[in-house]
Amino acid sequence: MSQTPTRPIADRTPLPSHRPPVSATYWLQLVVTVILCVFLILPVFLSILAGLTVNYFEGWTSGLTTVWLAKVIDEYSNSIGLSLQIAIACLACTLALGVPAAYALYRTSSRIGRIVEELLVMPIAVPGLATALALIVTFGGWGELRQSWVFILIGHVLFTLPFMTRSVLAVMSSIDLNAFEEAARSLGASFWQRMAHVVLPNCKGGIVAGSLMVLTLSLGEFNMTLLLHTPLTRTLPIGLADAYASLRLEVGSAYTVVFFVLVIPLLIALQRATARSK
Amino acid sequence: MPARRPRARGPSGWMEPLLLLLPAAVIFCAFFVLPLARLVLIGGSGSLGWAAYAVALTDPRYLASLLSTILLAATTTLATLTLATVSGVFLSRHRFSGRQFLVSLLTLPLAFPGVVIGFMVIMLGGRQGLLPSMTDALFNERWVFAYSMTGLFVGYLYFSIPRTILTIMASAEKLDPRIEEAARSLGAGPLRIALDVIVPALKPALVAAGAICFATAMGAFGTAFTLATRINVLPMVIYTEFTLQANIAMAAALSFVLGAITWAALALARSVSGNSVAAAG
Repeated sequence: MSQTPTRPIADRTPLPSHRPPVSATYWLQLVVTVILCVFLILPVFLSILAGLTVNYFEGWTSGLTTVWLAKVIDEYSNSIGLSLQIAIACLACTLALGVPAAYALYRTSSRIGRIVEELLVMPIAVPGLATALALIVTFGGWGELRQSWVFILIGHVLFTLPFMTRSVLAVMSSIDLNAFEEAARSLGASFWQRMAHVVLPNCKGGIVAGSLMVLTLSLGEFNMTLLLHTPLTRTLPIGLADAYASLRLEVGSAYTVVFFVLVIPLLIALQRATARSK
Repeated sequence: MPARRPRARGPSGWMEPLLLLLPAAVIFCAFFVLPLARLVLIGGSGSLGWAAYAVALTDPRYLASLLSTILLAATTTLATLTLATVSGVFLSRHRFSGRQFLVSLLTLPLAFPGVVIGFMVIMLGGRQGLLPSMTDALFNERWVFAYSMTGLFVGYLYFSIPRTILTIMASAEKLDPRIEEAARSLGAGPLRIALDVIVPALKPALVAAGAICFATAMGAFGTAFTLATRINVLPMVIYTEFTLQANIAMAAALSFVLGAITWAALALARSVSGNSVAAAG
Protein backbone atom coordinates (compact mmCIF):
# COMPACT_ATOMS: atom_id res chain seq x y z
CA MET A 1 0.00 0.00 0.00
CA SER A 2 3.01 2.26 -0.12
CA GLN A 3 3.19 2.77 -3.87
CA THR A 4 3.03 6.30 -5.12
CA PRO A 5 -0.43 7.29 -6.34
CA THR A 6 -0.93 7.10 -10.08
CA ARG A 7 -3.51 8.63 -12.29
CA PRO A 8 -6.38 6.58 -13.74
CA ILE A 9 -5.25 4.12 -16.40
CA ALA A 10 -7.39 5.83 -18.99
CA ASP A 11 -5.34 8.96 -18.60
CA ARG A 12 -1.70 8.01 -19.02
CA THR A 13 -0.59 10.91 -21.17
CA PRO A 14 2.67 12.30 -19.81
CA LEU A 15 2.19 15.26 -17.55
CA PRO A 16 4.32 18.33 -17.93
CA SER A 17 4.55 18.84 -14.18
CA HIS A 18 5.82 16.42 -11.56
CA ARG A 19 3.54 13.96 -9.81
CA PRO A 20 2.07 15.02 -6.47
CA PRO A 21 4.10 13.60 -3.60
CA VAL A 22 2.54 11.13 -1.17
CA SER A 23 1.18 13.66 1.25
CA ALA A 24 -0.51 13.78 4.60
CA THR A 25 -3.81 14.05 2.71
CA TYR A 26 -3.10 10.71 1.07
CA TRP A 27 -2.64 9.00 4.40
CA LEU A 28 -5.64 10.74 5.92
CA GLN A 29 -7.84 9.54 3.09
CA LEU A 30 -6.44 6.03 3.35
CA VAL A 31 -7.12 5.98 7.09
CA VAL A 32 -10.74 7.12 6.57
CA THR A 33 -11.19 4.44 3.89
CA VAL A 34 -9.77 1.69 6.09
CA ILE A 35 -11.89 2.81 9.06
CA LEU A 36 -15.01 2.69 6.87
CA CYS A 37 -14.04 -0.82 5.73
CA VAL A 38 -13.63 -1.97 9.32
CA PHE A 39 -16.93 -0.33 10.28
CA LEU A 40 -18.76 -2.19 7.49
CA ILE A 41 -17.08 -5.59 7.74
CA LEU A 42 -16.31 -6.01 11.44
CA PRO A 43 -19.95 -6.50 12.54
CA VAL A 44 -20.39 -9.08 9.76
CA PHE A 45 -17.49 -11.07 11.21
CA LEU A 46 -18.71 -10.56 14.78
CA SER A 47 -22.13 -11.92 13.94
CA ILE A 48 -20.69 -14.92 12.10
CA LEU A 49 -18.49 -15.56 15.13
CA ALA A 50 -21.39 -15.16 17.53
CA GLY A 51 -23.52 -17.54 15.49
CA LEU A 52 -20.88 -20.23 15.80
CA THR A 53 -19.77 -19.85 19.44
CA VAL A 54 -21.24 -21.70 22.39
CA ASN A 55 -21.51 -18.56 24.50
CA TYR A 56 -20.75 -15.20 22.92
CA PHE A 57 -20.61 -13.42 26.25
CA GLU A 58 -17.72 -15.64 27.34
CA GLY A 59 -16.10 -15.27 23.93
CA TRP A 60 -14.85 -17.80 21.44
CA THR A 61 -12.91 -19.60 24.17
CA SER A 62 -16.21 -21.21 25.14
CA GLY A 63 -15.90 -23.27 21.96
CA LEU A 64 -17.35 -23.40 18.48
CA THR A 65 -20.64 -25.07 17.72
CA THR A 66 -23.23 -25.54 15.00
CA VAL A 67 -26.03 -26.04 17.54
CA TRP A 68 -27.44 -22.56 16.91
CA LEU A 69 -27.38 -23.02 13.15
CA ALA A 70 -29.19 -26.32 13.47
CA LYS A 71 -31.76 -24.73 15.76
CA VAL A 72 -32.40 -21.92 13.26
CA ILE A 73 -32.71 -24.26 10.31
CA ASP A 74 -34.99 -26.48 12.32
CA GLU A 75 -37.27 -23.67 13.50
CA TYR A 76 -37.26 -21.39 10.50
CA SER A 77 -36.85 -23.68 7.51
CA ASN A 78 -40.38 -22.75 6.38
CA SER A 79 -39.58 -19.04 6.35
CA ILE A 80 -36.30 -19.65 4.54
CA GLY A 81 -38.02 -21.82 1.94
CA LEU A 82 -40.80 -19.30 1.43
CA SER A 83 -38.28 -16.50 0.93
CA LEU A 84 -36.45 -18.49 -1.74
CA GLN A 85 -39.76 -19.29 -3.42
CA ILE A 86 -40.83 -15.64 -3.44
CA ALA A 87 -37.40 -14.46 -4.64
CA ILE A 88 -37.46 -16.85 -7.60
CA ALA A 89 -41.06 -16.01 -8.49
CA CYS A 90 -40.21 -12.34 -8.16
CA LEU A 91 -37.27 -12.78 -10.52
CA ALA A 92 -39.53 -14.51 -13.07
CA CYS A 93 -42.05 -11.66 -12.85
CA THR A 94 -39.49 -8.88 -13.14
CA LEU A 95 -37.86 -10.62 -16.12
CA ALA A 96 -41.21 -11.03 -17.86
CA LEU A 97 -42.36 -7.47 -17.08
CA GLY A 98 -39.17 -5.47 -16.74
CA VAL A 99 -37.07 -6.52 -19.72
CA PRO A 100 -39.80 -5.82 -22.32
CA ALA A 101 -40.61 -2.58 -20.49
CA ALA A 102 -36.95 -1.51 -20.66
CA TYR A 103 -36.94 -2.15 -24.40
CA ALA A 104 -40.17 -0.20 -24.83
CA LEU A 105 -38.74 2.71 -22.82
CA TYR A 106 -35.59 2.64 -24.94
CA ARG A 107 -37.62 2.84 -28.12
CA THR A 108 -40.23 5.42 -27.18
CA SER A 109 -39.48 9.09 -27.57
CA SER A 110 -37.25 10.33 -24.79
CA ARG A 111 -39.87 12.67 -23.29
CA ILE A 112 -42.64 10.11 -22.77
CA GLY A 113 -40.00 7.54 -21.90
CA ARG A 114 -38.67 9.72 -19.12
CA ILE A 115 -42.14 10.31 -17.65
CA VAL A 116 -42.93 6.58 -17.64
CA GLU A 117 -39.51 5.79 -16.24
CA GLU A 118 -40.07 8.34 -13.50
CA LEU A 119 -43.38 6.68 -12.62
CA LEU A 120 -41.90 3.18 -12.61
CA VAL A 121 -39.22 4.29 -10.14
CA MET A 122 -41.83 5.65 -7.70
CA PRO A 123 -42.08 2.41 -5.67
CA ILE A 124 -38.46 3.02 -4.60
CA ALA A 125 -39.14 6.64 -3.69
CA VAL A 126 -42.33 5.96 -1.75
CA PRO A 127 -41.52 4.23 1.57
CA GLY A 128 -42.33 0.52 1.57
CA LEU A 129 -44.52 1.01 4.61
CA ALA A 130 -46.82 3.33 2.62
CA THR A 131 -46.98 1.00 -0.38
CA ALA A 132 -47.80 -1.93 1.87
CA LEU A 133 -50.54 0.05 3.64
CA ALA A 134 -51.96 1.01 0.25
CA LEU A 135 -52.05 -2.63 -0.86
CA ILE A 136 -53.72 -3.65 2.39
CA VAL A 137 -56.47 -1.02 2.29
CA THR A 138 -57.18 -1.92 -1.35
CA PHE A 139 -56.86 -5.70 -1.44
CA GLY A 140 -56.97 -6.61 2.24
CA GLY A 141 -60.62 -7.61 1.86
CA TRP A 142 -59.80 -10.25 -0.75
CA GLY A 143 -59.33 -12.99 1.81
CA GLU A 144 -57.62 -15.55 -0.38
CA LEU A 145 -55.15 -13.09 -1.86
CA ARG A 146 -54.48 -11.56 1.57
CA GLN A 147 -53.73 -14.98 3.07
CA SER A 148 -51.52 -16.12 0.22
CA TRP A 149 -47.82 -15.62 -0.41
CA VAL A 150 -48.75 -13.97 -3.74
CA PHE A 151 -49.70 -10.87 -1.75
CA ILE A 152 -46.07 -10.55 -0.59
CA LEU A 153 -44.90 -11.33 -4.13
CA ILE A 154 -46.86 -8.36 -5.49
CA GLY A 155 -45.08 -6.02 -3.09
CA HIS A 156 -41.68 -7.45 -3.96
CA VAL A 157 -42.32 -7.17 -7.71
CA LEU A 158 -43.33 -3.50 -7.36
CA PHE A 159 -40.21 -2.73 -5.36
CA THR A 160 -37.70 -4.67 -7.50
CA LEU A 161 -39.10 -3.98 -10.98
CA PRO A 162 -37.36 -0.57 -11.32
CA PHE A 163 -33.98 -2.17 -10.57
CA MET A 164 -34.42 -4.65 -13.41
CA THR A 165 -35.72 -2.04 -15.85
CA ARG A 166 -32.97 0.46 -15.09
CA SER A 167 -30.20 -2.11 -15.23
CA VAL A 168 -31.33 -3.33 -18.69
CA LEU A 169 -32.06 0.18 -19.93
CA ALA A 170 -28.57 1.34 -18.89
CA VAL A 171 -26.98 -1.38 -21.04
CA MET A 172 -29.27 -0.62 -23.97
CA SER A 173 -28.32 3.04 -23.84
CA SER A 174 -24.59 2.35 -23.53
CA ILE A 175 -24.41 0.12 -26.63
CA ASP A 176 -25.77 1.29 -29.96
CA LEU A 177 -28.68 -1.10 -29.99
CA ASN A 178 -30.52 0.84 -32.68
CA ALA A 179 -27.70 0.33 -35.17
CA PHE A 180 -27.59 -3.41 -34.47
CA GLU A 181 -31.33 -3.69 -34.91
CA GLU A 182 -31.28 -1.63 -38.06
CA ALA A 183 -28.63 -3.93 -39.50
CA ALA A 184 -30.66 -7.01 -38.56
CA ARG A 185 -33.80 -5.52 -40.05
CA SER A 186 -32.11 -4.65 -43.34
CA LEU A 187 -31.14 -8.31 -43.53
CA GLY A 188 -34.82 -9.20 -43.24
CA ALA A 189 -35.07 -10.18 -39.55
CA SER A 190 -38.59 -9.88 -38.14
CA PHE A 191 -39.35 -8.11 -34.87
CA TRP A 192 -39.31 -11.30 -32.82
CA GLN A 193 -36.16 -12.58 -34.55
CA ARG A 194 -34.43 -9.32 -33.70
CA MET A 195 -35.62 -9.65 -30.12
CA ALA A 196 -34.30 -13.18 -29.71
CA HIS A 197 -31.04 -12.85 -31.63
CA VAL A 198 -30.03 -9.22 -31.30
CA VAL A 199 -31.69 -7.43 -28.39
CA LEU A 200 -31.64 -10.06 -25.65
CA PRO A 201 -28.10 -11.40 -26.25
CA ASN A 202 -26.72 -7.87 -26.28
CA CYS A 203 -28.46 -6.94 -23.03
CA LYS A 204 -27.32 -10.08 -21.21
CA GLY A 205 -25.01 -8.16 -18.87
CA GLY A 206 -27.79 -5.85 -17.74
CA ILE A 207 -30.23 -8.71 -17.34
CA VAL A 208 -27.77 -10.68 -15.20
CA ALA A 209 -26.93 -7.69 -12.99
CA GLY A 210 -30.62 -6.82 -12.66
CA SER A 211 -31.51 -10.41 -11.78
CA LEU A 212 -28.90 -10.62 -9.04
CA MET A 213 -30.14 -7.34 -7.60
CA VAL A 214 -33.76 -8.51 -7.70
CA LEU A 215 -32.94 -11.78 -5.92
CA THR A 216 -30.90 -10.00 -3.24
CA LEU A 217 -33.53 -7.34 -2.59
CA SER A 218 -36.40 -9.80 -2.53
CA LEU A 219 -34.60 -12.09 -0.08
CA GLY A 220 -34.02 -9.16 2.28
CA GLU A 221 -37.24 -7.16 1.82
CA PHE A 222 -38.72 -6.28 5.18
CA ASN A 223 -40.42 -2.87 5.11
CA MET A 224 -43.40 -4.05 3.05
CA THR A 225 -43.34 -7.69 4.05
CA LEU A 226 -43.83 -6.90 7.73
CA LEU A 227 -47.29 -5.55 6.96
CA LEU A 228 -48.11 -7.88 4.06
CA HIS A 229 -47.29 -11.18 5.76
CA THR A 230 -49.62 -13.37 7.79
CA PRO A 231 -48.60 -15.88 10.49
CA LEU A 232 -48.60 -18.53 7.76
CA THR A 233 -46.56 -16.53 5.26
CA ARG A 234 -43.51 -15.50 7.26
CA THR A 235 -40.42 -14.79 5.19
CA LEU A 236 -36.77 -15.00 6.20
CA PRO A 237 -36.37 -11.33 7.24
CA ILE A 238 -39.57 -11.50 9.32
CA GLY A 239 -38.08 -14.52 11.08
CA LEU A 240 -34.84 -12.57 11.53
CA ALA A 241 -36.62 -9.68 13.23
CA ASP A 242 -38.43 -12.18 15.42
CA ALA A 243 -35.19 -13.94 16.35
CA TYR A 244 -33.45 -10.63 17.12
CA ALA A 245 -36.28 -9.54 19.34
CA SER A 246 -37.02 -12.67 21.28
CA LEU A 247 -34.15 -15.14 21.15
CA ARG A 248 -30.63 -15.08 22.52
CA LEU A 249 -27.89 -13.29 20.60
CA GLU A 250 -26.29 -16.52 19.38
CA VAL A 251 -29.50 -17.65 17.67
CA GLY A 252 -30.04 -14.27 16.04
CA SER A 253 -26.45 -14.41 14.84
CA ALA A 254 -26.82 -17.93 13.50
CA TYR A 255 -29.91 -16.84 11.60
CA THR A 256 -27.92 -13.91 10.21
CA VAL A 257 -25.26 -16.40 9.09
CA VAL A 258 -27.94 -18.30 7.15
CA PHE A 259 -28.99 -15.04 5.52
CA PHE A 260 -25.37 -14.20 4.64
CA VAL A 261 -24.85 -17.64 3.12
CA LEU A 262 -27.78 -16.96 0.80
CA VAL A 263 -27.08 -13.33 -0.01
CA ILE A 264 -23.31 -12.79 0.00
CA PRO A 265 -22.65 -15.05 -3.04
CA LEU A 266 -25.31 -13.03 -4.89
CA LEU A 267 -23.65 -9.75 -3.88
CA ILE A 268 -20.20 -10.96 -4.93
CA ALA A 269 -21.61 -12.13 -8.27
CA LEU A 270 -23.24 -8.71 -8.62
CA GLN A 271 -19.89 -6.98 -8.03
CA ARG A 272 -18.33 -9.19 -10.71
CA ALA A 273 -21.17 -8.56 -13.15
CA THR A 274 -21.03 -4.79 -12.78
CA ALA A 275 -17.21 -4.80 -12.97
CA ARG A 276 -17.37 -6.74 -16.24
CA SER A 277 -19.92 -4.42 -17.80
CA LYS A 278 -17.63 -1.40 -17.23
CA MET B 1 -28.88 9.67 -12.42
CA PRO B 2 -29.90 8.08 -15.72
CA ALA B 3 -27.76 9.09 -18.66
CA ARG B 4 -29.71 11.08 -21.16
CA ARG B 5 -30.12 8.70 -24.03
CA PRO B 6 -30.35 9.80 -27.63
CA ARG B 7 -33.80 10.06 -29.06
CA ALA B 8 -34.34 6.55 -30.31
CA ARG B 9 -36.07 6.51 -33.63
CA GLY B 10 -36.54 2.81 -33.87
CA PRO B 11 -36.09 0.39 -36.70
CA SER B 12 -39.81 -0.41 -36.70
CA GLY B 13 -43.15 1.09 -35.70
CA TRP B 14 -44.34 2.12 -32.29
CA MET B 15 -46.84 -0.71 -31.87
CA GLU B 16 -44.48 -3.40 -30.60
CA PRO B 17 -42.76 -1.24 -27.97
CA LEU B 18 -46.14 -0.12 -26.66
CA LEU B 19 -47.32 -3.71 -26.51
CA LEU B 20 -44.19 -4.64 -24.59
CA LEU B 21 -44.75 -1.90 -22.03
CA LEU B 22 -48.37 -2.89 -21.49
CA PRO B 23 -47.95 -5.79 -18.99
CA ALA B 24 -45.71 -3.74 -16.69
CA ALA B 25 -48.03 -0.75 -17.00
CA VAL B 26 -51.13 -2.79 -16.12
CA ILE B 27 -49.51 -4.39 -13.06
CA PHE B 28 -48.13 -1.03 -12.02
CA CYS B 29 -51.49 0.75 -12.25
CA ALA B 30 -53.44 -2.05 -10.59
CA PHE B 31 -51.09 -2.62 -7.68
CA PHE B 32 -49.43 0.73 -7.16
CA VAL B 33 -51.26 3.72 -8.62
CA LEU B 34 -54.73 2.56 -7.66
CA PRO B 35 -53.84 1.46 -4.12
CA LEU B 36 -51.97 4.70 -3.46
CA ALA B 37 -54.97 6.73 -4.64
CA ARG B 38 -57.10 4.62 -2.33
CA LEU B 39 -54.69 5.29 0.52
CA VAL B 40 -55.03 9.03 0.01
CA LEU B 41 -58.84 8.71 0.17
CA ILE B 42 -58.70 6.54 3.28
CA GLY B 43 -56.47 9.12 4.93
CA GLY B 44 -59.39 11.56 4.65
CA SER B 45 -62.10 9.13 5.72
CA GLY B 46 -61.31 8.73 9.43
CA SER B 47 -63.04 10.40 12.37
CA LEU B 48 -61.16 13.60 11.53
CA GLY B 49 -62.04 13.65 7.84
CA TRP B 50 -59.67 15.50 5.55
CA ALA B 51 -58.39 17.40 8.56
CA ALA B 52 -56.31 14.28 9.27
CA TYR B 53 -53.74 15.60 6.81
CA ALA B 54 -53.53 18.90 8.66
CA VAL B 55 -53.30 17.06 11.98
CA ALA B 56 -50.50 14.87 10.57
CA LEU B 57 -48.50 18.04 10.05
CA THR B 58 -49.51 20.08 13.10
CA ASP B 59 -50.22 17.74 16.02
CA PRO B 60 -47.24 18.24 18.39
CA ARG B 61 -46.59 14.51 18.73
CA TYR B 62 -46.54 13.84 14.98
CA LEU B 63 -44.71 17.07 14.27
CA ALA B 64 -41.99 16.18 16.78
CA SER B 65 -41.39 12.80 15.19
CA LEU B 66 -41.52 14.31 11.71
CA LEU B 67 -38.90 16.89 12.65
CA SER B 68 -36.64 14.39 14.39
CA THR B 69 -36.91 12.10 11.33
CA ILE B 70 -35.94 14.95 9.01
CA LEU B 71 -33.08 15.95 11.33
CA LEU B 72 -31.81 12.38 11.49
CA ALA B 73 -32.05 11.96 7.71
CA ALA B 74 -30.24 15.25 7.10
CA THR B 75 -27.45 14.41 9.56
CA THR B 76 -27.06 10.96 8.01
CA THR B 77 -26.88 12.48 4.53
CA LEU B 78 -24.26 15.03 5.51
CA ALA B 79 -22.07 12.50 7.34
CA THR B 80 -22.40 9.91 4.57
CA LEU B 81 -21.52 12.38 1.83
CA THR B 82 -18.47 13.65 3.71
CA LEU B 83 -17.05 10.22 4.49
CA ALA B 84 -17.95 8.68 1.15
CA THR B 85 -16.41 11.59 -0.77
CA VAL B 86 -13.13 11.35 1.13
CA SER B 87 -12.96 7.65 0.52
CA GLY B 88 -14.53 7.52 -2.96
CA VAL B 89 -12.25 10.20 -4.45
CA PHE B 90 -9.26 8.48 -2.86
CA LEU B 91 -10.19 5.08 -4.30
CA SER B 92 -10.82 6.40 -7.78
CA ARG B 93 -7.61 8.46 -7.78
CA HIS B 94 -5.04 6.03 -6.52
CA ARG B 95 -4.02 2.59 -7.66
CA PHE B 96 -2.32 0.42 -5.05
CA SER B 97 -2.24 -3.24 -4.19
CA GLY B 98 -5.27 -4.15 -2.13
CA ARG B 99 -7.37 -1.37 -3.62
CA GLN B 100 -9.79 -3.73 -5.35
CA PHE B 101 -10.11 -5.65 -2.11
CA LEU B 102 -11.00 -2.48 -0.20
CA VAL B 103 -13.58 -1.58 -2.86
CA SER B 104 -15.22 -4.98 -2.67
CA LEU B 105 -15.35 -4.82 1.13
CA LEU B 106 -16.85 -1.33 1.04
CA THR B 107 -19.58 -2.30 -1.42
CA LEU B 108 -20.36 -5.74 -0.01
CA PRO B 109 -23.18 -4.57 2.31
CA LEU B 110 -24.81 -2.83 -0.67
CA ALA B 111 -28.15 -4.57 -0.38
CA PHE B 112 -28.26 -5.66 3.26
CA PRO B 113 -31.81 -5.18 4.53
CA GLY B 114 -32.58 -2.77 7.36
CA VAL B 115 -33.24 -5.52 9.91
CA VAL B 116 -29.82 -7.05 9.35
CA ILE B 117 -28.21 -3.61 9.55
CA GLY B 118 -29.98 -3.09 12.86
CA PHE B 119 -28.38 -6.30 14.07
CA MET B 120 -24.97 -5.12 12.81
CA VAL B 121 -25.42 -2.03 15.01
CA ILE B 122 -26.32 -4.29 17.94
CA MET B 123 -23.11 -6.26 17.34
CA LEU B 124 -21.18 -2.98 17.54
CA GLY B 125 -23.02 -1.08 20.25
CA GLY B 126 -25.63 -3.34 21.82
CA ARG B 127 -25.68 -4.74 25.36
CA GLN B 128 -23.17 -7.45 24.41
CA GLY B 129 -21.67 -5.39 21.60
CA LEU B 130 -18.04 -4.73 20.82
CA LEU B 131 -17.76 -1.11 21.92
CA PRO B 132 -19.56 -1.54 25.27
CA SER B 133 -17.32 -4.53 26.05
CA MET B 134 -14.25 -2.48 25.20
CA THR B 135 -15.31 0.55 27.23
CA ASP B 136 -16.20 -1.81 30.08
CA ALA B 137 -12.68 -3.22 30.08
CA LEU B 138 -11.10 0.24 29.78
CA PHE B 139 -13.25 2.54 31.89
CA ASN B 140 -15.48 0.10 33.73
CA GLU B 141 -18.50 1.58 32.01
CA ARG B 142 -20.61 -0.03 29.27
CA TRP B 143 -21.17 2.53 26.57
CA VAL B 144 -24.30 1.15 24.89
CA PHE B 145 -25.53 3.29 21.99
CA ALA B 146 -27.46 0.87 19.80
CA TYR B 147 -30.99 1.30 21.13
CA SER B 148 -31.30 5.03 20.54
CA MET B 149 -31.20 7.74 17.90
CA THR B 150 -27.40 7.34 17.81
CA GLY B 151 -27.79 3.67 16.99
CA LEU B 152 -30.22 4.52 14.22
CA PHE B 153 -27.78 7.10 12.87
CA VAL B 154 -24.96 4.53 12.83
CA GLY B 155 -27.28 2.06 11.09
CA TYR B 156 -28.27 4.50 8.36
CA LEU B 157 -24.63 5.40 7.87
CA TYR B 158 -23.92 1.71 7.41
CA PHE B 159 -26.76 1.45 4.93
CA SER B 160 -25.84 4.51 2.86
CA ILE B 161 -22.06 4.38 2.65
CA PRO B 162 -21.68 1.51 0.13
CA ARG B 163 -24.05 2.93 -2.48
CA THR B 164 -22.81 6.51 -2.02
CA ILE B 165 -19.18 5.45 -2.44
CA LEU B 166 -20.10 3.67 -5.68
CA THR B 167 -21.82 6.77 -7.08
CA ILE B 168 -18.96 9.06 -6.08
CA MET B 169 -16.29 6.72 -7.42
CA ALA B 170 -18.04 6.54 -10.79
CA SER B 171 -18.23 10.32 -10.94
CA ALA B 172 -14.68 10.93 -9.65
CA GLU B 173 -13.23 8.71 -12.40
CA LYS B 174 -14.24 11.44 -14.81
CA LEU B 175 -12.48 14.27 -12.96
CA ASP B 176 -9.40 15.67 -14.60
CA PRO B 177 -6.50 15.45 -12.10
CA ARG B 178 -4.74 18.22 -14.01
CA ILE B 179 -7.19 20.82 -12.72
CA GLU B 180 -6.27 19.87 -9.19
CA GLU B 181 -2.59 20.05 -10.01
CA ALA B 182 -3.13 23.47 -11.47
CA ALA B 183 -4.81 24.54 -8.23
CA ARG B 184 -2.00 22.98 -6.24
CA SER B 185 0.69 24.71 -8.26
CA LEU B 186 -1.15 27.98 -7.67
CA GLY B 187 -0.71 27.39 -3.97
CA ALA B 188 -4.07 25.96 -2.87
CA GLY B 189 -3.99 23.70 0.17
CA PRO B 190 -5.71 20.27 0.27
CA LEU B 191 -8.84 21.67 1.95
CA ARG B 192 -9.15 24.50 -0.58
CA ILE B 193 -8.74 22.04 -3.44
CA ALA B 194 -11.36 19.74 -1.93
CA LEU B 195 -13.90 22.53 -1.42
CA ASP B 196 -13.22 24.64 -4.52
CA VAL B 197 -12.28 22.03 -7.12
CA ILE B 198 -13.43 18.53 -6.22
CA VAL B 199 -16.78 19.21 -4.53
CA PRO B 200 -18.10 21.50 -7.32
CA ALA B 201 -17.04 18.98 -9.96
CA LEU B 202 -18.76 16.16 -8.09
CA LYS B 203 -21.88 18.18 -7.39
CA PRO B 204 -24.33 16.26 -9.61
CA ALA B 205 -23.22 12.96 -8.08
CA LEU B 206 -23.30 14.39 -4.56
CA VAL B 207 -26.81 15.77 -4.99
CA ALA B 208 -28.11 12.54 -6.54
CA ALA B 209 -26.48 10.30 -3.92
CA GLY B 210 -27.47 12.67 -1.12
CA ALA B 211 -31.10 12.66 -2.19
CA ILE B 212 -31.26 8.86 -2.23
CA CYS B 213 -29.53 8.80 1.13
CA PHE B 214 -32.02 11.29 2.58
CA ALA B 215 -35.04 9.50 1.13
CA THR B 216 -33.99 6.09 2.43
CA ALA B 217 -33.18 7.48 5.88
CA MET B 218 -36.64 9.09 5.96
CA GLY B 219 -38.55 5.98 5.00
CA ALA B 220 -36.37 3.15 6.31
CA PHE B 221 -38.08 1.09 8.91
CA GLY B 222 -36.33 -2.26 9.41
CA THR B 223 -33.40 -0.81 11.33
CA ALA B 224 -35.59 1.15 13.75
CA PHE B 225 -37.80 -1.91 14.18
CA THR B 226 -34.81 -4.06 15.16
CA LEU B 227 -33.18 -1.51 17.46
CA ALA B 228 -36.12 -0.30 19.52
CA THR B 229 -39.79 0.37 19.08
CA ARG B 230 -39.42 3.45 21.25
CA ILE B 231 -37.28 5.43 18.80
CA ASN B 232 -39.51 8.29 17.75
CA VAL B 233 -39.21 8.37 13.96
CA LEU B 234 -42.11 8.74 11.56
CA PRO B 235 -42.10 5.21 10.03
CA MET B 236 -42.22 3.81 13.56
CA VAL B 237 -45.16 6.10 14.44
CA ILE B 238 -47.02 4.96 11.31
CA TYR B 239 -46.47 1.33 12.22
CA THR B 240 -47.72 1.91 15.75
CA GLU B 241 -50.81 3.83 14.56
CA PHE B 242 -51.65 1.01 12.18
CA THR B 243 -51.00 -2.05 14.33
CA LEU B 244 -51.50 -1.00 17.93
CA GLN B 245 -53.99 1.85 17.62
CA ALA B 246 -55.71 0.41 14.52
CA ASN B 247 -55.98 4.02 13.39
CA ILE B 248 -55.81 3.28 9.68
CA ALA B 249 -56.85 6.74 8.54
CA MET B 250 -54.12 8.46 10.55
CA ALA B 251 -51.54 5.88 9.44
CA ALA B 252 -52.58 6.54 5.83
CA ALA B 253 -52.35 10.31 6.21
CA LEU B 254 -48.92 10.05 7.85
CA SER B 255 -47.69 7.65 5.14
CA PHE B 256 -48.83 10.12 2.55
CA VAL B 257 -46.89 12.93 4.23
CA LEU B 258 -43.79 10.71 4.50
CA GLY B 259 -44.08 9.56 0.88
CA ALA B 260 -44.56 13.13 -0.34
CA ILE B 261 -41.42 14.33 1.49
CA THR B 262 -39.19 11.55 0.18
CA TRP B 263 -40.53 11.89 -3.33
CA ALA B 264 -40.07 15.67 -3.24
CA ALA B 265 -36.47 15.27 -2.03
CA LEU B 266 -35.70 12.99 -4.96
CA ALA B 267 -37.50 15.17 -7.51
CA LEU B 268 -35.78 18.30 -6.21
CA ALA B 269 -32.39 16.62 -6.45
CA ARG B 270 -33.06 15.59 -10.04
CA SER B 271 -33.98 19.11 -11.06
CA VAL B 272 -30.93 20.54 -9.23
CA SER B 273 -28.37 18.05 -10.49
CA GLY B 274 -29.66 18.59 -14.02
CA ASN B 275 -28.60 22.26 -14.14
CA SER B 276 -25.89 23.07 -11.68
CA VAL B 277 -26.57 26.13 -9.54
CA ALA B 278 -26.64 26.80 -5.76
CA ALA B 279 -25.01 24.87 -2.98
CA ALA B 280 -24.52 21.12 -2.95
CA GLY B 281 -25.26 18.62 -0.17
